[in-house]
Amino acid sequence: MAAALINVPAKARRGDVIEIRTLTSHIMETGFRRTAAGDLVPRDIITSFTCRYNGTEIFRADFYPAIAANPYLSFFTVAKESGRFDFEWIGDNGYSSTASASITVE
Amino acid sequence: MSFWRAIALAALCAAAPALLAGEIPPEARRSGYSFMGPDTRAMQDDDTSNPGMLFVLDGEALWTKKAGSADKACADCHGDARSSMKGVAARYPAFDKSLGHPVTLDQRINLCRADHQQATPLPYESRDLLALSAFVAHQSRGFAITAGDDPQLKPFVAQGRDLFMRREGQLNLACTNCHDDNFDKRLAGAPITQAQPTGYPLYRLEWQTLGSLERRLRSCMTGVRAQAYDYGSPELVTLELYLMSRARGLPMETPAVRP
Repeated sequence: MAAALINVPAKARRGDVIEIRTLTSHIMETGFRRTAAGDLVPRDIITSFTCRYNGTEIFRADFYPAIAANPYLSFFTVAKESGRFDFEWIGDNGYSSTASASITVE
Repeated sequence: MSFWRAIALAALCAAAPALLAGEIPPEARRSGYSFMGPDTRAMQDDDTSNPGMLFVLDGEALWTKKAGSADKACADCHGDARSSMKGVAARYPAFDKSLGHPVTLDQRINLCRADHQQATPLPYESRDLLALSAFVAHQSRGFAITAGDDPQLKPFVAQGRDLFMRREGQLNLACTNCHDDNFDKRLAGAPITQAQPTGYPLYRLEWQTLGSLERRLRSCMTGVRAQAYDYGSPELVTLELYLMSRARGLPMETPAVRP
C-alpha cells in the first residue's frame, strides 16, 4: 500500500523559507537479513526521492540500505510562486509512488 | 519477649498496606510517553511525522472496502468511524456475551469479519489487521481508558492480575517486579516504564513497524526467557485486560510512537 504524509504550508509570503516534510510507507528491506532457514531476504528499498516545484527539481535524495523503514525527510526551499510540489519515490522491483501538495504564495 | 512481639506486629501492620497495594495509584500513573526523550515525543506529537499515521490512513481505506462473500464493508454497518468508533477502543478488551469471555479489539474485528462479512480472519500482526485496529483505536485518541469497568469482566481482570504478579521464565521475574516496583529506573540504559498500554497498536522504532500489545507482551516474556503465550491465547487477553484496567483514566494515544 502506497501512502504518504506530506506537510507543506498552505500559504506563505514570497521569499519565505518554508519547510517541507514527507513520510512514506515502505519496508526498506536491507538485503542483508536472512530468514530462519538461512535464505537471504532480497533487498527491497527506495533508491531515490525527488521533489519538483512547478516542474523544476528542487530536491533529490538517494537512499541506501541503512535508511530505516518508512523514511521521513525534511528539507527547506524558498517560496517563489503559487503552485504545486510533486513528490516521487522510486525503488527496487519497479516501486514507484507519487504525491503532490499545493501552496499559495502571496 | 512480648515487647519484641509487639514491635514485630506493629512493623507487619505498617508494611501490610504497602504489600497489598501493589497497584500504582491513579494520580501516579504515567504513560510511556513521559519516559521518552524529546525527539521521540516530537515524532509522536506531529501527525505528519508519526509513522503510525500511515497505518491509520491504510485502515481508513480498508474501513470502506468491501470484503468477504457478504460483500460488505465495515462502513456499511458502522457508518462513519469518526462518530461510531469514538471511545470504543478505550473500553477494550470487552466482554463478549455469546463467547462468555473478553475479546481484544483485533479479535472483535476478526469476529466481525467472520460473522458479518463472511470473510477469512486477518492473521495476527498482519498489516491489514494492524491498520484497521489502529484506525479504530485512533478514533479514541484523548479518551480516558475505562476497560475492565464491566462487572462481568471482574474474574478475568483478576486472572490477568495473577499473571502479572506471577514469576516466570529462567530469569524468574514477574511483570510487577519491573513495572510496579522499579519503574523510573533503568535496564541496560533503557528506562523502565510503568507498562501502561495507552497507545496500542503503536509504532516501535525498534520494530520499524506498528505492533500490537500482544507482540509487546510476548517480547517481554522472551526477555525473561519464558515461553511466550500464543497470539490470541486467553492468557494474553486477560493480561491485556488487566493492563488496560490498571491504566484506567489515562488518555488513549493511538497511534503512539515508542523507542
